[in-house]
Amino acid sequence: MLRLPRLRYLKPASAAAAAAAVAEVGPRAVLVAGGTDLLPKLKRRQIEADTLIGLAHLSELRGVRGDARSGFELGALVTLTEAAEHPALVEGHPGYAEAAGLVSSPALRNAGTVGGNLCVDTRCNYYDMTYEWRRSIGFCMKKDGDVCLVAPGSPRCWAVSSTDTAPVAIALGATVVLVGPDGERELPAAELYRDDGIQYLAKPAHEVITALRLPPADGLASAYVKLRRRGSIDFPIAGAGVALRLVDGRLERVRIVMSGVGSHPVEAPAAGELLAGQEPTPEAIAAAAELAARPAKPLDNADLHHAWRKRMVRVVVEQALQRAVERARARRP
Amino acid sequence: MSTDGELEVVGRPLPRVDAVARVTGTARYADDLQLPRMLHARILRSPHPHARILSVDTAAARRIPGVKAVLTGMDLPIRYGIMPVSQDERALEFEKVRFVGDPVAAVAAVDEETAAAALDAIRVSYEPLQPVMSIEEALRDPVDEPIHDPALTRQRGNVHRLVSYEFGDVEAGFAAADHVREDLFFYQGNTHLPMEQHSALATYEDGRLTLWSSTQVVHYVHRALAKVLELPMHRIRVIGAAHGGGFGGKTDPFSHEIVVAKLAMVTGRPVRCTLTREEVFYAHRGRHPVLIWMRTGVTREGRITAMHVRTALDGGAYGSYGPATVFYTGTLQTVTYAIPAYKFEGVRLFTNKAPCGPKRGHGTPQGRFAIELHLEKIARELGLDPVELRRRNYVRPFTRAVNWLRVTSCGLEECTEKVLQASGYRGRPRRPGHGMGFAASAYMSGAGTPIYWNDMPHSEVQLKLDRTGVTAYCGAMDIGQGSDTVLATVVAEELGLRPADVRLVTADTDATPVDLGSYSSRVTFMAGNAALEAARRMRRLLVEAVAEATGVQGDLDEIEVREGRVGEVSFEQACQLATTRFGALSTSGSYRPPRIAGPFKGSGVGPSPAYSYTACVVDLDADARTGLIRVNKVWIAHDVGRAINPLAVKGQVEGSVYMALGEALMEEQVYRKGRHKWPSMLEYKSPTVLEMPEIETFLVETVDPEGPYGAKEAGQGPLLPVIPAINAAVFDALGIWIDETPITPEKVLRALDARARGQEARYGPRRFPDVDYGAPIRVDPPDPHDLRVGEELERAFAAAGR
Repeated sequence: MLRLPRLRYLKPASAAAAAAAVAEVGPRAVLVAGGTDLLPKLKRRQIEADTLIGLAHLSELRGVRGDARSGFELGALVTLTEAAEHPALVEGHPGYAEAAGLVSSPALRNAGTVGGNLCVDTRCNYYDMTYEWRRSIGFCMKKDGDVCLVAPGSPRCWAVSSTDTAPVAIALGATVVLVGPDGERELPAAELYRDDGIQYLAKPAHEVITALRLPPADGLASAYVKLRRRGSIDFPIAGAGVALRLVDGRLERVRIVMSGVGSHPVEAPAAGELLAGQEPTPEAIAAAAELAARPAKPLDNADLHHAWRKRMVRVVVEQALQRAVERARARRP
Repeated sequence: MSTDGELEVVGRPLPRVDAVARVTGTARYADDLQLPRMLHARILRSPHPHARILSVDTAAARRIPGVKAVLTGMDLPIRYGIMPVSQDERALEFEKVRFVGDPVAAVAAVDEETAAAALDAIRVSYEPLQPVMSIEEALRDPVDEPIHDPALTRQRGNVHRLVSYEFGDVEAGFAAADHVREDLFFYQGNTHLPMEQHSALATYEDGRLTLWSSTQVVHYVHRALAKVLELPMHRIRVIGAAHGGGFGGKTDPFSHEIVVAKLAMVTGRPVRCTLTREEVFYAHRGRHPVLIWMRTGVTREGRITAMHVRTALDGGAYGSYGPATVFYTGTLQTVTYAIPAYKFEGVRLFTNKAPCGPKRGHGTPQGRFAIELHLEKIARELGLDPVELRRRNYVRPFTRAVNWLRVTSCGLEECTEKVLQASGYRGRPRRPGHGMGFAASAYMSGAGTPIYWNDMPHSEVQLKLDRTGVTAYCGAMDIGQGSDTVLATVVAEELGLRPADVRLVTADTDATPVDLGSYSSRVTFMAGNAALEAARRMRRLLVEAVAEATGVQGDLDEIEVREGRVGEVSFEQACQLATTRFGALSTSGSYRPPRIAGPFKGSGVGPSPAYSYTACVVDLDADARTGLIRVNKVWIAHDVGRAINPLAVKGQVEGSVYMALGEALMEEQVYRKGRHKWPSMLEYKSPTVLEMPEIETFLVETVDPEGPYGAKEAGQGPLLPVIPAINAAVFDALGIWIDETPITPEKVLRALDARARGQEARYGPRRFPDVDYGAPIRVDPPDPHDLRVGEELERAFAAAGR
């Protein structure tokens, strides 16, 4: 079988100590919570590390605090299963809970965490292969090589953002709490990401995500629609997270964020603006979905045909908008 | 069994004899086996699809502490292969590599990490050659050189095998037709995806080699080891470890089995090698990608007058079972439908991909896919009901086909009726995107001829009985299909026991007599018949001893052997009486299929002592906007002859439906830039439980005259009709033909787009390449009612000068 490299596992006393340990050990150190993304990548030598900085024992990173009225704070170690099944969260931000519940499989959701899914590595089927396979084809720029194998003329890496939970979090206007050696800061979830397949996180490696803060429900209705080949296990090949308000029959504050269509969660602000002030008619939703999907440029580096994936982006956006509108209508007294 | 023939345990849905060990995780698979001082082996594989090996430098690897041995191809130069006509593999290659994943060197070390580090230290110098990655490319003149030396293949370019037959007068058949239709199909390659990776452990002690392996065929591995290692067979013992799934993928002798054996001989220590999942994709031997052209003539009433089939198989880098596979893409069409004149031409080509071989259905799913859709299209063109058109052409029981295949019991009609009734196919409600499809099929209950030519039995079973009870010995390997349970059930039935009372020793070449192994759906039929013979002989001895001891006079057949009793005494007492009378007893039984094959070269592929039959209806929803398909339900009826254990048979049927869904809708072993696109269980998509529809299974029992208690096969046949039934249902739902597998949503949308543009509402291959199949072997058809077999048939051939 594929073996893990020899690893040192550290158990820092706090998130701050974890951050300090990463800074001290340097690029051969990597943070680990659930490990569901990391461990296979260590086996395939996509990530080379000799030190794991464990977070799983840090009880202050556990638990869901707050409620729909005041907003929620989810500890970074809250498992995806806990998030998906948390009654108040399901009630307050159903789109986030459903996104958490659509990650991978039950076993991996029991181990995978809220913080981990936000940081999940970008994916590409030239990259998510064993060391031997990657060596055989000649390595890509994301690891060990200097070209992009899916777009050989490209100066950048096109690995695909594959987090299911980030789109809704961004659409809701969530923030993440980061702890570094110099203290704590709060960052809009949208600003956690960069449009780059390699350096896809805007945070330095030594900052630890300690919590995700979701706003008060305050009339916000959310939804997440995930497209994948099978009913479980698979990463998104297109996904849409949506949050909106329906006030007196008209849409307000519509945010649409897509997963699986670029190297970062891609927001479609123009499509959101198009809907603002409008009634959520099927025509209006279709027009917004069309607009949102326009910039998506899937490449031949994920499951199924990229031309089909391109066609499906507007479908998932439309479905997510419709579902969010239905939820908004159901919520009104 | 009671004296009036009433069955006691056969036909009862008893749990399998190995069920508890399987589900509690205590079954010991090859990778679970640990021996003192055991070393771990890893294999270095080619990074190039096609290249000459210029040099292999292992010096640095040998210097790594913990490395105990390094092998290169020069250590194992003798070629092997499962088919005698295709001895084209080496355990480690030293002249050239033929696909990414081809084994080149191997290391035994104290742990896997050290072995892996040693592989990294081996320097191989290659001279890359132009790779051949498709059927079209393989048919062209090689750019650099053929993948295999034409002196060995005796074919031109990258052709591996060519077959060309004409049975009856095809031209006259087409001339008599009112309607002739041609179609083109493509069946994509896919792999077995067993849960357990291949694994083998070898020891070499006192000049004797022992290999435990996850194999389907201990006997063939035994033969290959003897050949390559140049050891006499009596110094080699091959034991089948608990098996985590084969589906045909563990039916060849493999490089890693030979490598661990050699490493054990070199180091004097036990050596184990378990393939990684990626390596399992390279071991492959899975479904051949096949292009199929089909032309059929029918009367106005839909009766077939002639059929002409051409196939082209993408064989990958080595022969494997390919010489048989190419036949199977065409041969079995005639045992489902009565085809009065049949021409079949096939070619298997070498390409620089992982070698294809037998996967559940072995070569027949491709042809089945084509013929079912082809007949469906013909029926619609003629305005006939597609099921009715098939029924008009169904073979009749106890007939001989145009290509001499003998059909005995045949429950096609009953199977068809069952699934039509249960599914409501006829009066199905119409709603947008909803469709139902029907298909029928046939499969062999074991190949009628062995892989290497000999007249010995295909299966042998020995029974030992002493004061402690009865033990059955058989070389058959239980690969999860339940063959151990079948053996125990047959013996138990004859000796009046429960299956759990029968001790089993199986798949151990030292302890058990030869059975050819778990392939071609042969074990229930062949080992079952051998067990039946051995058990009846044992029963006779038991009854004799009991009669003598208890003073019973008269007809020994009147003595009941049932429910743990032999006549008036318990089975335990009977064992003691028999041992007292005879000493420890042993009986043996064997089975060899009768000579069925026709009087022509190549007639050995296709004959089987009996064929199973299946019919199914699939119900699905297809979304015209996304192209996504949801299979709602499958009704499937399988003529198993007799279900020795209906629970196990249903398990085989359901597993077949599952595998078929994967092949129909998502699985594809495809290549990009010269290598496997996604040798990973995450990226190679196979259905999860969430994709599984409800299955309603019907077992049809036609009680075959030659099967044990009338049983026929169940492991492979039920896969066959499901795939074309899905395509037929997609047509029913959306009015488009997807003439290839898998049906991805992209293909559905492209067919819908084509229709929207006024083009043919179809997605599929456009062209069949030009292939020179050569002049066909012309064979006169037999009298369809001539059912002679064996010596009688041979005498008839001799008299006719054939």
